[in-house]
Amino acid sequence: MATYLIRRLLIAIPSLLAISLILFTVLALAPGDPFEELATNPNVPPEVRAALRAKFGIDDPVMVRYFRWLAAMAQGDWGFSFASRINVDSLILQRVPTTLFVVGSSQLLALAIALPVGIYAATRPYSLFDQIANTLAFVGFSLPTFFTGLLFILLFSIYLDWLPFVYRSDIAATGWRWYWEMLRQAIMPITVLGLFQAASYTRYVRSAVLDVVRLDYVTTARAKGLSEQKVTIRHVARNALIPVVTLVALQMPAVFGGAIVTEQIFRVPGIGSLLISAILSNDTPVVMAVTFVFACLVVLFNLIADLLYGWLDPRISFR
Amino acid sequence: MAGSTLASPSAEPAVAASARGVSVSPARETWRRFRRHRLAMISALVLGMLILGVVVGPFLWPVAINEIDFSAQLQGPSWAHPFGTDDLGQDILARMIYGGRISLAVGLAAMVVATFVGVIVGALAGMSRRALDPFLMWVTDLFLSLPQLPLLLLVIYLFREQLKAVFGLEGGVFVLIVVVIGGLRWMPVARLVRAQFFSLREKEFVEAAKASGATSWRQMVHHILPNAIGPVIVAATIEVSSAIIAESTLSFLGLGFPPDIPTWGRLLFDAKDQLDVAPHWAMFPGAAIFLTVLSINFIGDGLRDALDPRRVI
Repeated sequence: MATYLIRRLLIAIPSLLAISLILFTVLALAPGDPFEELATNPNVPPEVRAALRAKFGIDDPVMVRYFRWLAAMAQGDWGFSFASRINVDSLILQRVPTTLFVVGSSQLLALAIALPVGIYAATRPYSLFDQIANTLAFVGFSLPTFFTGLLFILLFSIYLDWLPFVYRSDIAATGWRWYWEMLRQAIMPITVLGLFQAASYTRYVRSAVLDVVRLDYVTTARAKGLSEQKVTIRHVARNALIPVVTLVALQMPAVFGGAIVTEQIFRVPGIGSLLISAILSNDTPVVMAVTFVFACLVVLFNLIADLLYGWLDPRISFR
Repeated sequence: MAGSTLASPSAEPAVAASARGVSVSPARETWRRFRRHRLAMISALVLGMLILGVVVGPFLWPVAINEIDFSAQLQGPSWAHPFGTDDLGQDILARMIYGGRISLAVGLAAMVVATFVGVIVGALAGMSRRALDPFLMWVTDLFLSLPQLPLLLLVIYLFREQLKAVFGLEGGVFVLIVVVIGGLRWMPVARLVRAQFFSLREKEFVEAAKASGATSWRQMVHHILPNAIGPVIVAATIEVSSAIIAESTLSFLGLGFPPDIPTWGRLLFDAKDQLDVAPHWAMFPGAAIFLTVLSINFIGDGLRDALDPRRVI
């Protein structure tokens, strides 16, 4: 197991390097210039600008800059935000917990909906429940998150006035009150993202369970006299979960993409909204770091999925 | 892929199809099976009407999309403006007809790009018996773990100006969005095609073709690809809806088409700050995106049933 983990980490490194090279090249080829505003600012003499450019090494060839960035990154120096005037790593560390909180809770919500609904629907295929669940799942993943977000705001914030639609990180309350306010403002972003994922997961779970449910070992379990509940949960669901884990891991880029949209709608101060504001203000170091963090998160979740895979399916050996 | 796997190996397929005896063309047989899927048929009708609407709409509703009328700001639906007006008094129906053309065209064009790249990569990987396959799959996995939306946002924001200079305002952004969305979404098709090739290339009919001297190109194009095309059509259909969502997402984040090209996502982006006074402004384009995507997804589901010869319906 440990050697497998190490080997998987070693395999992940070239992928991450390639991803970072792609991201860096895209950024370097782009015409945007972080010192554009200095050029138009009459108070900044051209020598200062040239000195700044030389200091950040903007005029060097792409490969030189890439390796310099890589070396600095490896030493924990993530660069300096041109727009916020603080170090990129502290900027990102401020934002990452919020994103992970929203994304993580929405995934839990999605699985909490998808697993029971998918399993129940698959054990009664083509029943009324199955048809309704299937149609709702179709509706669910055809509703883009930005539209559901707006619908939720319209319904719960404007008409009913139950929930706040702006996420604030500076709630002026303490103790239980703080948790309550935090929960109230997190409900909508989490639900929007969670329901969208739940819709596609439900379909995965249903088809995975359908593939398993008629296999001989399930009949054997029933013939042994196990209760239907035990057969479904211990025998069917456990094996059906194996492909679901892979599919959930494959969804991760989409999940973080959805997180960007929800963060933007509800103004959640996570790395998604940081990315958008950094792109708009041409803040290259932050853009580079945030996209790279996204890539790392995706690779990390794929790794976790592989480990879970082995735990769920003992036939897979960690070699 | 998962949908076409049988629950148990004992359920041997294909008997039902051949027992019928009468020979019908594959296209006609697909159509016969597709018609059985009620929701898919309704969806095809809805999608057809939406496409018809955006194609002939400007002739039936000849209102300029940028006709500013400050006396009619943020009005709800009325006879003069069936879908209401926006904050500049522009007619939302006219803007939606115009934007719908672009949203749908982006979806279709990005699908063509993604499917084209996917089929080529998948076929090359599926035919190769040497180092090409592991390499192509490494590239596919690499693209799968790229953070897609951030990269999309980034590329479009950074290269918009340059392409605008080459292809003009509308064309530049269109080409860019289509290429980037297609270029980041070919991986599922590639994996699908590769998996199909892996199982098909060992089949007897391919061996027979090889024995009668078919080159590997001929085996690929004339024997394997036609048999692998069913799942690819289904994936391509779904691809249209994800490309439409991707374009709307970009425009919704303010980084897609510029404000004077009102795609559905862009209309939502403009509408979101006036949600409390003019909810209709967001509802109509949002509903249009939803209806389009939903009907395409249902059509994909219908095609999946219709194109899978092992499924008895």
